[in-house]
Amino acid sequence: MTEKKEEQLLNDHNHDGIDRRGFLKCMAWAGTGALCVMQGGVLKSYGLSRMPELGPEAMGELSFVQISDSHMGFNKAANPDVVGTLKAAVDKINGLATPPEFMLHTGDISHLSKPEEFDTVDQILKSASAKDVFFVPGEHDVLNDDGKQYLERYGRGAKGAGWYSFDKKGVHFIGLVNVMNLKAGGLGTLGSEQLEWMDHDVKHLKHSTPIVVFAHIPLWSVYPDWGWGTQDSAQALAYLKKFGSVTVLNGHIHQMMQKVEGSVTFHTAASTAFPQPAPGKADSPGPMKVPAEQLKAVLGITDVNYVRGQQALAVVDSSLV
Amino acid sequence: MRRSVLIAVLFSAIGTGIAGLGGGAVNFTASAQQKPETVEVKIDNFSFGPAELTVAAGTTVTWTNRDDIPHTVVSTDKVFKSKVLDTDEKFSYTFTQAGSFPYFCSIHPKMTGKVVVK
Repeated sequence: MTEKKEEQLLNDHNHDGIDRRGFLKCMAWAGTGALCVMQGGVLKSYGLSRMPELGPEAMGELSFVQISDSHMGFNKAANPDVVGTLKAAVDKINGLATPPEFMLHTGDISHLSKPEEFDTVDQILKSASAKDVFFVPGEHDVLNDDGKQYLERYGRGAKGAGWYSFDKKGVHFIGLVNVMNLKAGGLGTLGSEQLEWMDHDVKHLKHSTPIVVFAHIPLWSVYPDWGWGTQDSAQALAYLKKFGSVTVLNGHIHQMMQKVEGSVTFHTAASTAFPQPAPGKADSPGPMKVPAEQLKAVLGITDVNYVRGQQALAVVDSSLV
Repeated sequence: MRRSVLIAVLFSAIGTGIAGLGGGAVNFTASAQQKPETVEVKIDNFSFGPAELTVAAGTTVTWTNRDDIPHTVVSTDKVFKSKVLDTDEKFSYTFTQAGSFPYFCSIHPKMTGKVVVK
């Protein structure tokens, strides 16, 4: 773990792919989260496994943790103990020298939107050093009731289906909902009402304000064939063009990926529950089954570092330091 | 004389009408009893199998989710809508009207299918 590895992958942007080595490394991320540090208006992301090694200087002006896809209630072969892996993620957060200011949960808190699933996650997150948690819903959190329960639990004071914004130390955070009213054959959807709100929300901000947008389904086209994208995200990103630093944080695909496009950096977080295959590398995006002992053995021990490719802008092996 | 003939004709017309209606109802019942159709659609690997299905009116279609991830079966035109189906859970709908019924999984909208009722 003392050796720092930085690996570039040769896959080009159009394939949005990662090689087998990167793919195996992504698998190692099940059960972990990511620490995000805002430093000089630029957001850096670290794997939770590296957190104990990070000194105070790495914490920047603002540090927070993103966790995602806890899928509480999932009990199939890919991970029969999602309680245990979420607790492991919280333990890693609590191992930080400098406690993060807050946490973001980018959705799929529950597996089946059952009250007891939400209760369990809430209970586990209470033991984290960061007390405030900001949520956005995943499609698994709004089943059967069009998100009514989600709004009651996590969306009080939010607009529409649960979108909102807030400011922390000069950084403007925008939580978006792109899992409602999905149309046959389509991708994630923000909808005109939310887009209008967002336009309004950012209109009067200074161009120098660092922006962090977080939503469940990726706001960039990771792999549309599997629904890994948001059909009207281009409009949302257009509102953010004037800003010098924009970071987009998503979940949903259960693996870490990063992409840089101009002043916008896109990150997806790993799941705390189970890994999913790299885009197009399996018949479907269903949970990847790995032996339990293997899953546990690799929890948070591997650096994943996606960097920019030399020619095409690549989705590359990801992001610790 | 004329009057009684007219009455007889009228009675016979009504009789035929009733017989016609009765015959139709009997035939309908008989065909439904002869073919109590049930057709299975399996949800595997984030897809409906078969994705397209042609059935006779009166057929019940049963979807079974065989994935490790929950899915739904939702008519695009809001004709039918399942609750969320966890692994091995089923949803059935009986199609009584002829027509084309496209549907999708509202959680994973890339998953689409269609039932055509003749």
